[in-house]
Amino acid sequence: MPTHLILLVIQRFALGVLLLLASSVLIFAGTQILPGDVAQAVLGQAATPEAIANLREEMGLNEPAVSRYLSWLLGALQGDFGTALTNGADIGSAIAKRLSNTLFLAFWAALVSVPLAILLGLIAVRFRNRWPDRLISAVSLATISVPEFVIGYLFMFFVAVKLRWVPSVSMLNDSMSLGQKLQSIALPVIVLTFVVLAHMMRMTRATILNVMEAPYIETAELKGLSRFAVISRHALPNAVAPIVNVVMLNLAYLVVGVVVVEVIFVYPGMGQYLVDHVAKRDIPVVQAAGLIFASVYILLNMTADIIGIVANPRLRHPK
Amino acid sequence: MMRIPLSALIGLTVTAFFFALAVFAPLVAPYGIGEIVGDVWEPMSAQHWLGTDNIGRDLLTRMIYGARTTIFIASAATLLSFTLGTSLALAAVVLGGWVDMALSRFVDLIMTIPTLIFALVVLSVMPASILILIVLMGLLDTTRVYRLARAVAVDINVMDYVEAARLRGEGTRWIVLREILPNALSPLVAELGLRFIFMVLFVSTLSFLGLGITPPETDWGAIVKENKEGLVYGIPAALAPAVAIATLAISVNLVADWVLNRTASLKGGRNA
Repeated sequence: MPTHLILLVIQRFALGVLLLLASSVLIFAGTQILPGDVAQAVLGQAATPEAIANLREEMGLNEPAVSRYLSWLLGALQGDFGTALTNGADIGSAIAKRLSNTLFLAFWAALVSVPLAILLGLIAVRFRNRWPDRLISAVSLATISVPEFVIGYLFMFFVAVKLRWVPSVSMLNDSMSLGQKLQSIALPVIVLTFVVLAHMMRMTRATILNVMEAPYIETAELKGLSRFAVISRHALPNAVAPIVNVVMLNLAYLVVGVVVVEVIFVYPGMGQYLVDHVAKRDIPVVQAAGLIFASVYILLNMTADIIGIVANPRLRHPK
Repeated sequence: MMRIPLSALIGLTVTAFFFALAVFAPLVAPYGIGEIVGDVWEPMSAQHWLGTDNIGRDLLTRMIYGARTTIFIASAATLLSFTLGTSLALAAVVLGGWVDMALSRFVDLIMTIPTLIFALVVLSVMPASILILIVLMGLLDTTRVYRLARAVAVDINVMDYVEAARLRGEGTRWIVLREILPNALSPLVAELGLRFIFMVLFVSTLSFLGLGITPPETDWGAIVKENKEGLVYGIPAALAPAVAIATLAISVNLVADWVLNRTASLKGGRNA
């Protein structure tokens, strides 16, 4: 790899680290500096001033914000997120279990949706402006216009309740075999696939069309290359970076979509954990979960950009 | 005169119908919002067109009041994000320099955190009143409007007619209000519809998660939440608001598509 490419990658990596840091500041600020007293929010309006003062002391709220932030961040970097206000449990170990459940769900959803989206995108391009393309476009437009929980409940109602093919609630525990686990998460995986498929497929279609209309493709066709050679030698190298980009962006989207889907199917993952504790105003948990979601999102975006840099044939030959 | 295509006409009619329901909710709703009028989850009947909900309230009535809250919040938040996003973007483009730099980088930063996660973090410390929801959703979406408006305005800012206006000595106020804004408006109006849908989905999702609208108020997301347990017993009450959200979203989309195509053809674009 040429040095200027390595430099670009390092630059993007540094930017990613900077963004991670900045987002941690935002999340911390969002819960600590906003108007409204955290201790008051936790205890509710009826709390006595003494109770509030005690909680402020316990949460270290009397320290200056900057030092609180630094100790929180240093702890988070070592996997120590403190303890939950509601039950005193260690947040780090609670998250580890749930994060692996969420990643398990997201992994299978990605495994189904990514190849499917690229395939559908290719079909749409191949039959451009004919009925397969129009059908795919119409269905994807419809799914984009509908919130995740609507798709989720439609599936739950018809597939799990009416047809009884799969359970309507996705339990997961250690004693289950892989097959049982897969059966348990079948419905959430289908719903997540639906949620990201439309975006991913539309972006794939636009990307490939964009490449196929480039002048160098026409040149390649005019000089008599076979269809296969045009696609493999000219179209694909230029389409890889944008498609990888699309996939990464949608994996990032999946990470967010997972929050709602987990709540629908009562799946024991990070999303459910975050939503539960927002309702309970358990701020340390919200900060920890928020930081992890934001980090995954930023890391995926960064990976997309870095793959884009490395795979871009134009960057291989410096001017 | 331009003929309105059928799809846009359907979209316009349905959208207008939902807005009318929202505005005249107390007049058209057959019962009171919290009035218990029957058994739990009664099926559809002549008295209760959509049946009753999880504690025996008329579902149609709940839906109509839900439309009122959902559409009001979504409209107000869209209005906020549009006014603020467009003003900031125009300021950034016209003033340029460090103002543009600072605003754009700040927007980039906010956008590194997924909108839903950001909203959840904020709602963990703030009470979810209607005003706070509108401001929160409006501010978070300002980032997207800002990006679009800035991109559009940057293009217009270097047009010959803007240059001509500068050379004949017009002030900044004239440049912004009479030269840039009118030309930036049509792509922005097309985007308005999409932002509105996003707001409807956003507030419904928050309410569905139990972090948005809370009783005695209701909205479509909250109705789904209230009735979701029924689904397991095969009672489709929770699907009514789900269908309403989807219908509204698709209708607004149809209208937005038409506006987008129209502006593209006005500008000699390829989508004509």
